[in-house]
Amino acid sequence: MQDTRSDTYPLQRRDVVKRLTRGKDDLLVIAGLGSTAWDITSAGDRDLNFPLWGAMGGAISMGLGLALAQPQRRVLVITGDGETLMGMGSLASVALQGPQNLSICTFDNERYGETGMQMTHTSAKTDLAAVAAACGIAVTGEVRTEDALEAALPIILEAAGPVYHAIKVRAEKLDFVLPPKDGEHLKDRFRRALLGVC
Amino acid sequence: MDWWKQIFAAFKKADIGQVAYVPDAGHAALIDACIADQDIHAIALTTEEEGVALLAGAWLGGVRGALLMQSSGVGNCINMFSLSSTCRFPLPVFVTMRGQWQEFNPWQHAMGESAQRHLETAGLQTRTAAEASEVGPLTTATLDKAFADGGMAALLLHQSLMPAKTFDQ
Ligand SMILES: Cc1ncc(C[n+]2csc(CCOP(=O)(O)OP(=O)(O)O)c2C)c(N)n1
Repeated sequence: MQDTRSDTYPLQRRDVVKRLTRGKDDLLVIAGLGSTAWDITSAGDRDLNFPLWGAMGGAISMGLGLALAQPQRRVLVITGDGETLMGMGSLASVALQGPQNLSICTFDNERYGETGMQMTHTSAKTDLAAVAAACGIAVTGEVRTEDALEAALPIILEAAGPVYHAIKVRAEKLDFVLPPKDGEHLKDRFRRALLGVC
Repeated sequence: MDWWKQIFAAFKKADIGQVAYVPDAGHAALIDACIADQDIHAIALTTEEEGVALLAGAWLGGVRGALLMQSSGVGNCINMFSLSSTCRFPLPVFVTMRGQWQEFNPWQHAMGESAQRHLETAGLQTRTAAEASEVGPLTTATLDKAFADGGMAALLLHQSLMPAKTFDQ
């Protein structure tokens, strides 16, 4: 028997992503492959977005390198539960470095959405916010409701981190909103916007 | 100059700001020097592939990095190398070789013997330093390949550069 409880979770990823990123022109955003890359693009493609199209398990590490390189800028990693699970050790590496400007949000739909909605470990046993806390990340939380999201937004966007939130979102199949897929272009436009050079 | 001091000096000259590593005994002195340096973030990883993604993030933020691992760690990186090759992120990797010279542990042979081929298949240019005196110039060449050319390059540090590990036998 599959646990399908996430089919009815109240929070919807495309709304959550807008509230995290809209109007935050200075935010440096990295998204994991698949649904979260389409999510950040649905809120408006921008030069300071780096949506991954592969490198599964790498989004959080990439955010760590960027956060350490740019300590004055807020870095937000938005990624899936499957992607987080593949790079779970990176939460320990984040905790050890402790960058205050890094926030990580897992959009946890308890599925591998991109590959046919198979159940992930979080559908049954694994609590990613607890994993992050056990790794030593300073500020962690699980967000399931509208009220909890409202309370979490300023923490995700402003609190001294590192910050980790597992945001429980509805398992839903949505339209693709594809960002550019040329990796060199994504890199060059990000560096040009941030550093003035590519 | 000790071979590892030549790597450290080349890192300083190239303005390396992040050095990521999973420890290897052969890299111990270099890791300690990086930890002690005020201007280098020395970043302990739980697995080597984290370092590939980490240095891509560093480069997005305008900082140059280098990745240290032993030959077994090459196997942990293969898919993540696609991030560097697809986006042309600079990636200099320094690999202490095992399974190559006076190796006590037969479990090191598989990756020791195949690491160079795996690296080349993944798109890294490889060089081997077998003598201490050539480590400095080959480190500079590896860093130049990465940062002047947006490329991926590995310097394989021959096991004969390191004291044999005998497990007290
Ligand atoms: C190394 C690797 N293994 C498997 C895949 C196939 N794959 C692509 S997306 C994905 C699932 C992503 O799931 P999740 O992060 O939970 O995101 P969701 O789409 O559910 O939001 C998988 C397994 C891959 N791209 N790379």
